[in-house]
Amino acid sequence: MAAVADISQAGTSAPAPRVLARRERPQIWRWIVLVLVGLYFAIPLFAAFKFAGIKAFPKVFSQAGFIDAFTLSLRLALITTVITLILLVPTIVYVHLRLPGLRRLMESVTILPIVIPPIVLIVGVLEIAPGFLKASPNLLGLEYVVLAMPFGYRSLDAGLRALDLKTLVEASGSLGARMPVTLWRVILPNLRTAMLSAVVLTVALVLGEFTMASLDLYQTFPVWIVNFEQSSGPVSVAASLLALIVTWIFLMLIATLGNRRSGKAGGSAVTLFSVSRRDIGGSE
Amino acid sequence: MADITAPPAAPGTRVVPGARPGRQPAAILRRLRRVAGIVPFAVYMALGLLIPTVAVAIKAFQNSATGSFTLSNVKAASSGIYFEGFKTDILLSIASAIVPGLIGFMVAYAIFTARRASLLRQVSITLSGVFANFGGVPLAFLFIATLGSTGIVTGWLTDLGFNLYNHGFTLFTALGVFLVYMYFQIPLMVLIILPALEGLRPAWREAAENMGAPSWQYWRFVGIPVLLPSFLGCVLLLFGSSFSAYATAEAMTNGTIALTPIQIGTFLNGNVIAGQENIGNALALGMVVIIGVIMIAYTLLQRRAARWLR
Repeated sequence: MAAVADISQAGTSAPAPRVLARRERPQIWRWIVLVLVGLYFAIPLFAAFKFAGIKAFPKVFSQAGFIDAFTLSLRLALITTVITLILLVPTIVYVHLRLPGLRRLMESVTILPIVIPPIVLIVGVLEIAPGFLKASPNLLGLEYVVLAMPFGYRSLDAGLRALDLKTLVEASGSLGARMPVTLWRVILPNLRTAMLSAVVLTVALVLGEFTMASLDLYQTFPVWIVNFEQSSGPVSVAASLLALIVTWIFLMLIATLGNRRSGKAGGSAVTLFSVSRRDIGGSE
Repeated sequence: MADITAPPAAPGTRVVPGARPGRQPAAILRRLRRVAGIVPFAVYMALGLLIPTVAVAIKAFQNSATGSFTLSNVKAASSGIYFEGFKTDILLSIASAIVPGLIGFMVAYAIFTARRASLLRQVSITLSGVFANFGGVPLAFLFIATLGSTGIVTGWLTDLGFNLYNHGFTLFTALGVFLVYMYFQIPLMVLIILPALEGLRPAWREAAENMGAPSWQYWRFVGIPVLLPSFLGCVLLLFGSSFSAYATAEAMTNGTIALTPIQIGTFLNGNVIAGQENIGNALALGMVVIIGVIMIAYTLLQRRAARWLR
């Protein structure tokens, strides 16, 4: 699928001046658009760095409550990641092997957490959750598994799709391995990249989640930043920037991973919001 | 919404083609065993997603004190300040769907027409992925540092002799929130419209040019008709994304702006008169209904878009 710019080069049989004119104009509007939009994205970043000042960054770590909030966020990230993998990996493998007819249904079900606003979900969860769960921040971890479902599912599903799962399982079986052994020693090693991207996306989501945590009244890292703002503006801007940079590193990692296997995955890196070509084309 | 959420709870009924319940106990048993593998997943989704959503819908029609059936919550949620909340939220979402939609489309087209392997393209796509996922608290603070009353850009403009805040601008209104939402809406649009652009065959443009069509004619008769359903579909997604956003607006305005998600938040924070708690559920149900309508329209548009973009 060559770009339009390439086409006009190829079609030089047309009268030269007109082709040239047509090629010049897009160049100009393209740069105007990109520069304006680039400025819109760059200026707030620059402003935030300037507003916070270099000195505010080290202060973040020594603020009251920082350690607790960050530890809580990390703990939730761990809970969410473990449950997501334990729940999703066997299920998706099973669906691919035994119930391929269910794949479309699974796709629509796992996209629902994007459709249903988190604010609605937390209202419902707080209505029905039993008291012992409501008294513990682990409830958040359990719900984050649901929130992370679209991203976890998509990463793992894309990973499995790139494998010749049936052959692998049959080969392993004919060598005498039972299913759990096959899962552990054949499928999991092959899914390493997909699992890594599922983990990174889940961790990024949990570390940044604010809606549910603040309404469940637990002081996770993002909630702490907001509560803290009242006492020191520059420090909480610095904390925001730090959170941002960490998330970006995570997501860049994903993008790199995505590019590496793009041969099979269709070139689209899995990000929190990237939508696969099939969803957009929607032809099925 | 309800029947999209229903399947995970009862997968056994749709799984096996041609399964006729009640024919042969052994066959049913075999089928049940086949779906057993997804039972943990189905149960988890039912507990974590389906039941909470259904609970919201039920509570919306219950009297907060007695639990008896009532329409008063729904009535309250659709009038007065709550009606205003929906109105502001919808208007804000329309604006922050259409404007970033158009800008995002132009950016995507600019990227798309750059040479395929070019650095510009790679960098823009990666950056879009990063920025589209950037929202919530850090984004709010970024803009407070930029356009807040003591923000850097506010300072620049004051130095130039134009004090934004003397001219009625504050970051903490719908206009401010709109400016902030664009920050994740534009890259989101770029990401979701790019695949549709890739379906735009170069051959169509060549054919149009060979027949002497100027650029505007190509767009009028080929480009826009082909892309319109995809474009509208993407704009609907943007609408949904902004409609249900909570964290950014809450962190930025400390809950002072009247948007439906923020209002629901105040119910959860307990700042409500006793006996009115279930109005929050009715508001949440209202959001689900609106998002449901949007998603149905989106699905229909996607089906239409599929006609040209394989």
